[in-house]
Amino acid sequence: MDSGVNMERLLLLLHADESGSLPKVALECIESARTLGGQLDAAWTVGLVGGQAGAAAAAIGSCGAARFLAVEGPDFDAPRYATDAAAAEALCLKADATLVLAPATSRWMRALPGVAQRLGGRVDTHVVGVSVQDGAIEIQRWYYRQRMEAVLTRAARPWIVLADPGASEAWGGAPQEVSVETVSVEVPESLRRTTVIGARAAESGAQTIRPDAALLFVAGAGWTKKQKDGQVRAQEASELILDIVRKAQASLGSSKSLVDLAGEGQAVLPFLTHLHQVGQTGSTPRHPKGLATCCHGEEPHVVGWRFINERRAVNLDPNCGWARGKADVLYVADAFEVVRKVNELLDA
Amino acid sequence: MSDYYHIVVCGGIAPDPLQTLEPVAGPALKNELMLPAVLDPWAAHALFEAAHLARSAPGSRVWLVSLSPKAKLQQVMMTIAQKAPFELVVVDGPSSGFTDSFDVAAAIAGAIENIAGLDRSRLLVFGGWESAARGAGTTMQMVGERLGIMDQFQGVDELKAEADGSLAILERIEGGRHQVSRCAGPPALLGWATGSLPEPPNQPQIGMANMRTIMPSLQRAKPAALPGDGIVFRKVALPRQQRDTRVVKDLPADAVAKEIVEWIRG
Repeated sequence: MDSGVNMERLLLLLHADESGSLPKVALECIESARTLGGQLDAAWTVGLVGGQAGAAAAAIGSCGAARFLAVEGPDFDAPRYATDAAAAEALCLKADATLVLAPATSRWMRALPGVAQRLGGRVDTHVVGVSVQDGAIEIQRWYYRQRMEAVLTRAARPWIVLADPGASEAWGGAPQEVSVETVSVEVPESLRRTTVIGARAAESGAQTIRPDAALLFVAGAGWTKKQKDGQVRAQEASELILDIVRKAQASLGSSKSLVDLAGEGQAVLPFLTHLHQVGQTGSTPRHPKGLATCCHGEEPHVVGWRFINERRAVNLDPNCGWARGKADVLYVADAFEVVRKVNELLDA
Repeated sequence: MSDYYHIVVCGGIAPDPLQTLEPVAGPALKNELMLPAVLDPWAAHALFEAAHLARSAPGSRVWLVSLSPKAKLQQVMMTIAQKAPFELVVVDGPSSGFTDSFDVAAAIAGAIENIAGLDRSRLLVFGGWESAARGAGTTMQMVGERLGIMDQFQGVDELKAEADGSLAILERIEGGRHQVSRCAGPPALLGWATGSLPEPPNQPQIGMANMRTIMPSLQRAKPAALPGDGIVFRKVALPRQQRDTRVVKDLPADAVAKEIVEWIRG
């Protein structure tokens, strides 16, 4: 390990969620920080932001950090760029951090790149691995929408690294009271031009996006095409899909082509939105298993399956993309019949 | 008149998503300049939303600022120019995903600062929340910081201009939810997700009008300096994700369903 690595000052930057607790990805980052701190043979600091960040500190008091800093108060309760960036900047400066590790939550993804700019540093996001190799800190991340994986290192500091969910096991230590140093941040009116009103589900009706579900169920455009009887059966498709998602407690995804149909005036599944879209211009969810139905498995969609471990597909076309090494199992079958039977069996 | 907007859309180009990509030393993409390109998908949504907003606010103007190889950008403009009215500002440089967002932001912010007639008090900076190349979601925030814009939003699916001049904004957050915010008004920066508008049809008249600014802009584009200081790629490779697919044919639906349920429960 060279002297450069030994001189790193690691800051783990976390925020509390609306309930005052830490999201799961924050616990994963704690585990990453513990490992990295060990590799660097360095004491590390936790920086917390939130309405009552001090309370969150107690929940992770036994994590092994040498120091706890917090920016807290009503101005820092809601996720807002201006105040979040000011808080994170203050914590980075207070810790004199050269390396900042943070979870890739929507809140930090919004604010921390701007903080890197303010500090004259650099930032990397969607990081899936951080380690010390050959005397330097290196990270792993994907490029071109999960089509290439890269390992890189940087000389510039401070270096802000945002780790994706699933990049590490979650830390599971016990709560412990700790001494928290409060860092004061001035909030002028110019930082309050935005008011966060709250969060709301993007869809009306049943919940169908479940990030922690064991199964991703993907509905493709084939559900709204003419079936063997020459009829479009969108209503029946809707019922079957919602039924399996509910019974399997799955998260629902879709292909871009199916979501786009709504804009083209074609038969649609009314509960699908762009938030369900998986792939090149959609999400890259993480679930242990994925089942694709009536979806061709073309590359722009399948890049969104990069982190789905076990993959199965149901499609009438034996030469679809799934058959070409993209799924573990392809069932050449009618998805209407199969899903109806699956729903019956899940009832049993 | 105070309800107009000056909207600057930041958008690079990316390889057509249907193309096979292969990394080569550099790192770069093999035959990168030969690959068909498109306007970066989320930036394209931002452009369509900008045009829509400008139509509803008389006196508004839309610029598209693009850091791209100008020869490739010219090809992409043949299609994009027919979708929405805008004035093009070109910075000639690589569109590679392996460039550093810090450098890219500096080049884009510099180009925005040089736009003649831009009213910074009515400025809305739009862009995609992530590119299809680097996919980091970091450039827009850095552009905003360089321009001194403190009201920033990412993963935007909806923007409504309210009667009092404020902006109602929906941003994507975890769990398939939206964060609802209200911003006092411009200046603001919005990194768009998919938005809510379909891709507009090609309109040749708009294309002809756009071309009056596009060609001169391409001709006078200045090269960008992207030093990429201190970043070292130790490895760039295609993932080894080829699976040994078992294709199951001629199995009754009952049997397929039974196998799937066992797998789900397993």
